[in-house]
Amino acid sequence: MRVALFITCFNDTLFPDTGRAVVTLLERLGCRVEFPLGQTCCGQMHFNTGYQPECVPLVRRFTEVFDGYDAVVSPSGSCTAMVREYHGRVAEVAGDERLAEAVRAGPPVYELSEFLVDVLQVTDVGAYFPHRVTYHPTCHSLRMLGVGDKPLALLRAVQGIDLAELPAADQCCGFGGTFALKNADTSAAMCTDKVRHVLATGAEVLSAGDNSCLMHIGGSLSRLRTGVRTLHLAEILAATRESPVRKVKSA
Amino acid sequence: MSDSTYLGMPPFPEAARTALGDTQLRSNLAHATDTIRRKRAAVVAEVDDWEELREAGRAVKERTLRHLDTYLVRLEERVTAAGGQVHWARDGAEAGRIVTELVRATGESEVVKIKSMATQEIELNETLAEAGIAAYETDLAELIVQLGDDHPSHILVPAIHRNRAEIREIFVREMGAYGTPAPDGLTDDPARLAEAARLHLREKFLRAKVGISGANFLVADTGTAVVVESEGNGRMCLTLPETLISVVGIEKIVPSWQDLEVFLQLLPRSSTGERMNPYTSTWTGTTEGDGPSTFHLVLLDGGRSDTLADRIGRQALNCIRCSACLNVCPVYERVGGHAYGSVYPGPIGAILGPQLRGTDTLLDRSLPYASTLCGACYEVCPVKINIPEVLVHLRAQVVDEGRERRVPKAERMAMAAARWVLSDPARLAAAQRTGALGGRLLSRRGRIGRLPGPLSPWSDTRDAPSPARESFRAWWKRTH
Ligand code: SF4
Repeated sequence: MRVALFITCFNDTLFPDTGRAVVTLLERLGCRVEFPLGQTCCGQMHFNTGYQPECVPLVRRFTEVFDGYDAVVSPSGSCTAMVREYHGRVAEVAGDERLAEAVRAGPPVYELSEFLVDVLQVTDVGAYFPHRVTYHPTCHSLRMLGVGDKPLALLRAVQGIDLAELPAADQCCGFGGTFALKNADTSAAMCTDKVRHVLATGAEVLSAGDNSCLMHIGGSLSRLRTGVRTLHLAEILAATRESPVRKVKSA
Repeated sequence: MSDSTYLGMPPFPEAARTALGDTQLRSNLAHATDTIRRKRAAVVAEVDDWEELREAGRAVKERTLRHLDTYLVRLEERVTAAGGQVHWARDGAEAGRIVTELVRATGESEVVKIKSMATQEIELNETLAEAGIAAYETDLAELIVQLGDDHPSHILVPAIHRNRAEIREIFVREMGAYGTPAPDGLTDDPARLAEAARLHLREKFLRAKVGISGANFLVADTGTAVVVESEGNGRMCLTLPETLISVVGIEKIVPSWQDLEVFLQLLPRSSTGERMNPYTSTWTGTTEGDGPSTFHLVLLDGGRSDTLADRIGRQALNCIRCSACLNVCPVYERVGGHAYGSVYPGPIGAILGPQLRGTDTLLDRSLPYASTLCGACYEVCPVKINIPEVLVHLRAQVVDEGRERRVPKAERMAMAAARWVLSDPARLAAAQRTGALGGRLLSRRGRIGRLPGPLSPWSDTRDAPSPARESFRAWWKRTH
């Protein structure tokens, strides 16, 4: 099976450690991933802000770059959802039948926890992470992809972990892409409640399957000097006794 | 009493900022939405085939809207045959004129009203007031809103933003000016407040010769109108007056009683969290010696046929106004209904308002952006309206209209630049190198506390990560 990693432009630029963790993790599980260098962006920011024609070249590039692979795996719930739910729509709105066909014929795209649990069929990935962790499920993973409690099943199998349940976990953190800028006040009000719930767990680490939400909540955790740090699910799952999380970024 | 309209409302983010600072409002809303969410979740969980029911509801609506013309003609025939009169109104102004004329023809100068979204949408009370006709709201929450010279802030619970103490104050202060005053020594005990409203309203019911209503459903097969309610005031308005005028949006049609059955199951569980709604009133034209002797049905278009023409946007017309989407919306929960600037607040308001009214105002252009696209609304909607999908669709419409107007806009230029960078991996790699350098200049210990220009709203409350020294693709190239 030829598996390609879709890192997403956001992780590529701001959170490369997550990508490296995905590679480490999948290789440890015996799955060699390739990283097609032609990849850029799924178009989510443009699409969700209303710039649909701008997405066309991005969707075209995506279909070309990942053509021929058996599966694509991505450490982002919302980018995975964009590809699955809306790439077809972009092609349709552009009236580009060939592109629409290419989207339909493309390989299945999985969010990381889906790929581990559904494709590789593992929940115990041999990770070791002796910290108190709480998990925010993120809206697009939860409601658009329907990943259910796959990420939690993976975390529960991590050795040494002290997993604390996050109150009101299914509530949005208030990020919403450009929402955080266009409606900054409402976004901050939502984030404050999320931070309150995170602090109530007494966790030292907040994890999620999407670095965009983590950047948002983490930005508040950091501004308030809470001492809680954020870590993508992949980085916890990649950690072992021999090689713990490389760099501890404190919030 | 209220003669204020929604004209000139500020765009959503501005109104939201004010609302977010109102601590009383925040606590009233948090309490009320939390309670009703739990109630809904509990009664929905009891129904094994809830998902099938939702799908049935969606399918009936879609099928009906596809053949709306046929059903409307059938409805008109049946209502007329049963002794009612049907009037067609292209827009709110026309509907307002029709109703005003109908009331004038009775010689009356006051009417009693059942809570109705359609009459609020067309601002009927204001139109009638201009013609010297007083319209009295009889729904408890609408009465509170009307006496308080206020706007409703929720579809089902229009006074959700008020608590008991505020309601008591409004009753004591205002009731006397419009009829029976509040009893002496009124407390904020809910039972006492309800009693005060009952006394105040009874006098109006007994005197009224004209009743005005909306309808939750119109059954085309028999020409029957249906109102569901919890208080019983609606039934009084529907039965006591001599003349009944109902203003109803053309999308409220269902073909048959069998179809109606689906919605009578979906609606109460979704809206009030009840298994069955307490009062279901149905009437077909007029009946000699029983209820109003004259019945007028005013069918309102008001932007609905334009909405129907939009393949993605038209699903908003499926709405049965249950308000479940408001109650679960994290934005609504914090901001309340007034910031949406119309009678339709919350997620449904954000997709319905800009479609019915168009996107000419700053407010209507801001509404499709009043959401994080978290999808909680879609998950609960009993007729499966994919609200996030419509929001994104309307955002594209707003952006495209902006392009046509050719106004230079910072956001559009930023998006164009981003597209240019992102459509080529070499450009992306170059931008990453430049960004990493810039980020290092701004950051302290890996965190950026102040971002420049249009990104500053982010850093007002949040730190930002600095771009990595080495991007993932640079690392991959170096090591593979
Ligand atoms: S959009 Fe759906 S959930 Fe919202 S009020 Fe209408 S029917 Fe209810």
